[in-house]
Amino acid sequence: MIMILLIPIGLAVLVLLWIVGAYNGLIRLRNQLENAWAQIDVQLKRRHDLIPNLVETVKGYAKHESGTFEKVTQARNMAINAKSVGDRAEAENVLTGALKSLFAVAEAYPDLKANQNFLALQEELTSTENKISFSRQFYNDSVMTYNTHIQVFPTNLIATMFNFGHRDFFEVKAEEEREAPKVQF
Amino acid sequence: MWEQILANRRRSVVLIVGMAVILVLIGFAGGELIAPDAGVVGLLLALLIWGGMLIAYFTSAEDILMHGAFARELKREDSPQLFNVVDEMRLASGLDFMPRIYLIDDPAPNAFAIGRKPETSAIAVTTGLMYRLNRDELQGVIAHEIGHLKNRDVQFMTLAAVMLGTIIILSQIVTRSLWYGGRGRSRSESRGGSGGGQAQIIILIVGVLFLILGPIMAQLLYFACSRKREYLADASGAQFTRYPEGLASALEKISQAHIPLSFASKATAPMFIVNPLTAADEEDEPDSVFASHPPSRERIRILRAMTGASFADYEAAYRRAKGGALIGARTLQTASQEAIRQPSGGGPIQTRQDSHDIARRSAGYLRLRCNCGLEISVPEGYEQDSIRCFRCGSVLPIPSATDAPPSPQPMPPILTAAIPPVIPFAPMQFHRSAGGGWESFRCACGRTIQLSPAFDASQIRCESCGRTIAVT
Repeated sequence: MIMILLIPIGLAVLVLLWIVGAYNGLIRLRNQLENAWAQIDVQLKRRHDLIPNLVETVKGYAKHESGTFEKVTQARNMAINAKSVGDRAEAENVLTGALKSLFAVAEAYPDLKANQNFLALQEELTSTENKISFSRQFYNDSVMTYNTHIQVFPTNLIATMFNFGHRDFFEVKAEEEREAPKVQF
Repeated sequence: MWEQILANRRRSVVLIVGMAVILVLIGFAGGELIAPDAGVVGLLLALLIWGGMLIAYFTSAEDILMHGAFARELKREDSPQLFNVVDEMRLASGLDFMPRIYLIDDPAPNAFAIGRKPETSAIAVTTGLMYRLNRDELQGVIAHEIGHLKNRDVQFMTLAAVMLGTIIILSQIVTRSLWYGGRGRSRSESRGGSGGGQAQIIILIVGVLFLILGPIMAQLLYFACSRKREYLADASGAQFTRYPEGLASALEKISQAHIPLSFASKATAPMFIVNPLTAADEEDEPDSVFASHPPSRERIRILRAMTGASFADYEAAYRRAKGGALIGARTLQTASQEAIRQPSGGGPIQTRQDSHDIARRSAGYLRLRCNCGLEISVPEGYEQDSIRCFRCGSVLPIPSATDAPPSPQPMPPILTAAIPPVIPFAPMQFHRSAGGGWESFRCACGRTIQLSPAFDASQIRCESCGRTIAVT
C-alpha cells in the first residue's frame, strides 16, 4: 500500500528539486548578466576620468591643435550626460572616434610620443578601450547563455512561471566598428 | 565548462582519498615489516603526513609553489601593461577576482597558473615570455591560463603538485638521514646499541618506500592530467580573446624557443602551457598517453583551422583534426558563432632590458646610475654605504633614508612624566631627485624600497620593519 504511494511522492520530490535547481540557475545567469553590464559601466567611467589628463598632456606639446581638443572634450561631456541606453551607446561611439583623431594628431609630435606620461596614458586608454570591448563581449556572451536557457525546453516553463524576460544584446552602432562586409559572388 | 569543472572536483576528491589510502597502506605495511604490531605506528605516521599535506595545501599552496618556481609577485606599477593584459582577460572571461601576477626571471618563454580557489589564484610568466610575445600572443597565453582557472584544472593541479612536492621533500629528508645515519651506524653498532639499529632500519624502509612512491606519483600525475584539458583551455582561450591566431602564434614561438626552463622538474612540468622539459627538443614531443601535454603542432593546427572564435568553432576544428569529440554537449548548447576580430598589432609589451629590470626590481635590487652612464644593480644584502662604479671607478653613495629632524611637538610637562618616553623609530625621510623615473633607496633596516614614477604620496611604509618614511 505504502509502496504505491511512494512512487508519486518520490516523483513529486524530484520534480520539485529540479524546479528549484532550474530557478536558481536562471537567477545566477541573470545576476551574472547584470554584473557584466555594471562592468561595462565601470570601464566607460574610467575612460571619462582619464581623458582630461590626456588632453592636458597633449596640449603641452601640440598647442595648435585646439580643434581636436574641443571635439574630445565635447564628446566626453556628452557621454557623461547621456541618459538612455541608446544615447549612451551613441555618445560613447562618438567619443571613441574623437579619441582616435587625438591619437592620430599625437603621432605627428615625436617629443610627445617619447614623453613617459603620455605613453602611460596611451597605454591606459588603449587598455580601457580593450576592456570596454571585452566587457561588452562578456555581457553579450552572458545574454546569449541566458536567452538560450529561458528558451529551451524544459527550462522555458520555469522562465515563464517566474517572469524571466528576454534580454537585449549590446549592439554596436558605429560604422568603423562593424566587421568588413563579406563579398558575395 | 561545466563538464570539466565537475570532473575536476571529482578528481580532487579521488586524489585526496586515494592518497590517504596509499599512505595508510604503506605506513601499515612498513610498520609491520619492521616489527610485529608496529603497523599501527606506521599507520599513524602516514596519517600525520597526509594531514600535514592537507594543511600545507589549504594554508599556503600558492606561496609554496611560487617560491619553488623562483617567482616574485608583481605590483601593478611594475608592469602596467602586463596587468592590463590580464585585466582585459579577466573581464572577457567573467572571472570574479583578479589573479595575482608573478614574474620568473628566466629566458625560457613559459607560463603557468595555480590556485586553490579563484580568490587565491595566481599566474606566473617568465621574462622570456614577456619580451618575445606581442600583445595579442601574450593575451592568448593569459586567456589559456585563465581558461584553466575557470575550468578548475588549476585547483586539481595545485593539490596534486603540493602532494607530490611533499613526497619528494620527504623522500629527500629520509634519504639524507639514511645517508648520515648509515655513516654513524658502524659507531653505534660498536657501542652495541640494538635500539639504534632498529631506528636505522625504520628510516631505511620508509625512505625506500618514499623513493619508490615518488616516481609512481609523478607517473600517476601524468595519467591524471588528461591532455584533453589542454585542448579545452585552448578552446577557452580562443573564445575569450576572439583571436585564435594569437594563441597559435604564441605556442609556435614557445615551442620553437628550444630553451629548457632552469628549474622545472617532472613534478611541476604538467602545469605549464607547454611542457618545459620537452620544449627543448620539438621533434621529441610525443603524442602518447604518457605525455602531459598534447604536441604543440597539433594545438597550433587546430587553432589555425578555426573559422570562427567560439567553442563551437573550436569543436569543429578539433573534430576535423582528431576525429573525436571534445567539448560537452551542455557547453556547446549555448555556444554561438563568433567572428574572429582583427589583430591589435604592435610589438612585445616590454623590451628585454625592461623585463630584466622589472624582475630585478621585484627581487629587491637597488638601481643606481653612474655619471658615466652605467646602471648598477645592488642586491638587498649589500651592507656598505657606497659602491664603486665598474666602468669609471667613481664612488657612488647608496641612496638611503636619512634621519629627519624630529617634528617639534611640545607636550605639557605633566604628561611627559606620565608617558614613558618610548619612541619606536626615529622619523626618517628621503628626498627624490627630479628625474621622474623609478627610484630605489635603502631603508635603515636594509630593505630596498622602490618608488615608481606614478608614486605621488608624501610617505611610504617599509614592509620589513614598519617604519614610515617621508618622501619629499
